[in-house]
Amino acid sequence: MALEHAEVLRAAHLARIDLSENDAAHYHDDLGRILEMVDQLQALDTEGVAPLAHPLDATQRLRADEVTENDQREHFQRCAPQVENGLYLVPRVVE
Amino acid sequence: MHDRTLTEISQALDAGEISSRELTQDLLGRIDRLDGTLNSFVSVTADQALEAAEAADQARARGEAGRLTGVPLALKDIFCTQGVKTSCGSKMLDNFVAPYDATVVEKLKAAGTVSLGKTNMDEFAMGSSNESSFYGPVKNPWDLDAVPGGSSGGSAAAVAAGLVPAALGTDTGGSIRQPAAFCGITGLKPTYGRVSRYGMIAYASSLDQGGPMARSAEDCAHLLNVIAGHDVRDSTSVARGVPDYTEELSAPLSGLKIGLPKEYFGDGLDAGVNQAIGEAIKVYESLGASVREVSLPHTAYAIPAYYVIAPAEASSNLSRYDGVRFGHRCDNPEDLIDLYKRSRAEGFGEEVKRRILIGTHTLSEGFFDAYYKKAQQVRRLIRQDFLDAFEEVDVLMGPAAPTPAFDLGAQKDPVSMYLQDIYTIAVNLAGIPGISVPAGFAGKRPVGLQILGTHFAETRLLNVAHQFQQATDWHLKRPEMTEENS
Amino acid sequence: MQWETVIGLEVHVQLATRSKIFSGSSTAFGAEPNTQANAVDLGLPGVLPVLNEQAVAMALKFGLGIHAEIPEVSVFDRKNYFYADLPKGYQTSQMYHPIVGAGEVEICLEDGENKIIRVHHAHLEEDAGKSLHEDFHGMTGIDLNRAGTPLLEIVSEPDMRSAKEAAAYLKAIHSIVTYLGISDGNMAEGSMRCDVNVSVRPKGQQEFGTRAEIKNVNSFRFVERAIAYEVERQIELIEDGGKVVQETRLYDPEADETRSMRTKEEANDYRYFPCPDLLPVVLDCAYVDHLRESLPELPAEKRARFQSELGLSAYDAGVLSASREMAEYFEQVKDICGDAKQAANWVQGELSGALNRDGLDISDSPVSAEQLGGLVKRVIDSTINGKAAKQVFQALWNGEGDSADAIIEAKGLKQVTDTGAIEAMVDQVISDSPAQVAQYRDAEPDKRGKMIGYFVGQVMKASRGTANPQQVNALLKEKLDALC
Repeated sequence: MALEHAEVLRAAHLARIDLSENDAAHYHDDLGRILEMVDQLQALDTEGVAPLAHPLDATQRLRADEVTENDQREHFQRCAPQVENGLYLVPRVVE
Repeated sequence: MHDRTLTEISQALDAGEISSRELTQDLLGRIDRLDGTLNSFVSVTADQALEAAEAADQARARGEAGRLTGVPLALKDIFCTQGVKTSCGSKMLDNFVAPYDATVVEKLKAAGTVSLGKTNMDEFAMGSSNESSFYGPVKNPWDLDAVPGGSSGGSAAAVAAGLVPAALGTDTGGSIRQPAAFCGITGLKPTYGRVSRYGMIAYASSLDQGGPMARSAEDCAHLLNVIAGHDVRDSTSVARGVPDYTEELSAPLSGLKIGLPKEYFGDGLDAGVNQAIGEAIKVYESLGASVREVSLPHTAYAIPAYYVIAPAEASSNLSRYDGVRFGHRCDNPEDLIDLYKRSRAEGFGEEVKRRILIGTHTLSEGFFDAYYKKAQQVRRLIRQDFLDAFEEVDVLMGPAAPTPAFDLGAQKDPVSMYLQDIYTIAVNLAGIPGISVPAGFAGKRPVGLQILGTHFAETRLLNVAHQFQQATDWHLKRPEMTEENS
Repeated sequence: MQWETVIGLEVHVQLATRSKIFSGSSTAFGAEPNTQANAVDLGLPGVLPVLNEQAVAMALKFGLGIHAEIPEVSVFDRKNYFYADLPKGYQTSQMYHPIVGAGEVEICLEDGENKIIRVHHAHLEEDAGKSLHEDFHGMTGIDLNRAGTPLLEIVSEPDMRSAKEAAAYLKAIHSIVTYLGISDGNMAEGSMRCDVNVSVRPKGQQEFGTRAEIKNVNSFRFVERAIAYEVERQIELIEDGGKVVQETRLYDPEADETRSMRTKEEANDYRYFPCPDLLPVVLDCAYVDHLRESLPELPAEKRARFQSELGLSAYDAGVLSASREMAEYFEQVKDICGDAKQAANWVQGELSGALNRDGLDISDSPVSAEQLGGLVKRVIDSTINGKAAKQVFQALWNGEGDSADAIIEAKGLKQVTDTGAIEAMVDQVISDSPAQVAQYRDAEPDKRGKMIGYFVGQVMKASRGTANPQQVNALLKEKLDALC
């Protein structure tokens, strides 16, 4: 499956990574070759093989519905770029 | 003292030959003198280390010392450490002081170990040479022109150079075993789920596993005793008892059935590496093991499958780095999208972006079945290869990497870099444990023998590795570190 | 042209767990911003989710309550997109293997008919945080307290054909989840939110028209109004030769209209894939059976029983089963007084009237079911008459006594049925009212019936309302007619 330039730009947009035209061309080249390598998978017949998401056939454990956390806002917001009145600030979002 | 194993250091502390504080000071001095050249540490936490060492000495004086009390070590900078910068080798987290400790860090602290600092790594653990780090490449102590391997390259180099007797690494596609091989140390990737991932910054969640890197299998066994075990905070950690991994170290190997996957000895295998591995196998035969050829028929598909699954998971795992709650934020964002796009473009390096883009593309509409679903099907076939092989043999052996450490800057093309992980990557897809032990040299660069076992066979692997180290002294070789290098 | 409306609903129900779906943070409403957002909720590097047992149990109860298929295995997926109040850049949800499969909800229409609305599936997911747009120097503030609150998203088939049906469906979901105790159902606090898919098609046409999705409608009334507006908009558009575009719209209650949301963003691609941090949830049969056995009787079953066993009308049965509190109240009154119809009349009449007047919920009623039951019982056994009963109710409402009996006693409201006593009062009134007696005697016999009212009033007054009105009436008629 050949990679289109537009698909590189689309992936960059979906992933929210700013790419200059130059970068995009460079990544297009690399990604194209990686996908070419990945395309070897298509040669393998996997009809009827169940996908494997986790290496062990384990199942989800459940935790009891208990409140175990206390307020650590100040502690956690020490590593935040911009906060005010306990809120994380971002550029204005228009709804 | 710096060239002793962790086990020997533990005995020396017990015997009162040296205090933890003296040892810590000694090693901090050595880091100070030598690491300017190696670049194996991102952060050296001298003050905390000395404090922890003193606490350890006091505990020992009170008769409360455990096996690892007062033992210095280092942590790959992927493990969150409260109050200490945890960068994951990325500009994105260059300003991130973790507000909590990873589970393994808690366990190591509780065991009385003394962390000297955080080791350099490929950015977000994506790389096989440690060249993708925001903090610059690490050099191989055996040959300063060579890479230390990756992604746990800082941990491997620090242990090899005698800056620290042991370190923690993580392994998603070979990131413990390959740098251990390149640096001539012993590195164990445990079974997926054996060691908690809580607080270990995620690259590819279904593949990541933390493990010990040290000078001997015995050292690794002691460390695994501390870090293994179920964690209620990690749904994927396994609720299964932790044995004493040192107990079976001395068990004889007579009757051991060793399988040599023919796919691990094919084209592209360096002659020197091949020879060293051949010699190692002979040692095992002399110890009473039998050797036969086996096949892992889907080996060739492991790298393609990995480069779908790992980037897909990574693309999602790394979405949280958005410049809002922590991490790098661009200057003067125009709007929310601009904040995201520039913060992420500036904060991530090239290899990370490459993998995010690949993962985003392969998960996107119209491609999911052809890539992601297909790769997961192949993943099952790869796991089945191993399970079938372990019906016939106890362990598999082969080289950890097709070549010894390559030169810094030699691998310019991402795909040829990826292909370096041919012998390690399938192990993560299957979730089985693997260990790399020093098995000689190709030229002046070390060669690692990789030993694989079935799920939860760590006890067996450590036994098999330890017996080799009783019969050989490759693991005792040390690079010459002239302190004038710095 | 005759148009048919086709409606499907996605209802998000906030589950009433104490802690979040994947972390031990509190889900309590109204805390200071970000004080209930821990490392996991914030998506700090290295954190991992662990699933809340109650969230699973509550989702299953819902599934069992709508007689849905319960798949043995369900899986959490990641829905990837960037948004200011979505801390991890993905929402953990269920795309391919939801916890609840296909089921059915019975709704009650105004004409008393029932209709089945099919539920396609229901899945668990985590809620996002909140964006606050007050002016922070032209910036938006993010509060992540709500992030990670468990939601059950209930997705219906496009089975509804009018705004009223949609509202009835929403009410039915509301009553099921509150009956089950899996949600407080508080729409004002956002515990139930709803996305509405609306399309129109010419009557008789098989294919669906192009649908618009109206996001985040959060009251029963707004659902009806939003649909009504949207249907009219779509019909007008088509009749004017236009085309409905598939898009997301927002209902503005103030303007009472739906508006297209920003379209400058191209279509999203959520890149769903199984969450590698969570394992498949595998349900044990015994566990599901245990939950099934613990289910309370649900509204549809109750409604049916109220009709078939208690002989209530469809309307009464519907009203009395609408909420669990109402149904439980009614059943308690019925059990004490022993008469379902009387109990129904009192609960829907006097009690509901008083509750509405004071804006109270039945759970806050000053008159308990026990008290009302005691009162109705005294009406049925003729201890008091209807007029006195209203007095007793008012006294109970005002807290003037602990029980109907105590109030009857204290106020001397016991109905007088002793013929001798009534006769004495009747005689007294007749002898005290010579003018009225004369008028009665002179009147045409067919007018006398009306005139007797005056005497009844006087006797009741004399008895302070306690005399049995039927007896009074009969005696007066007998005695007055004898004077003619």
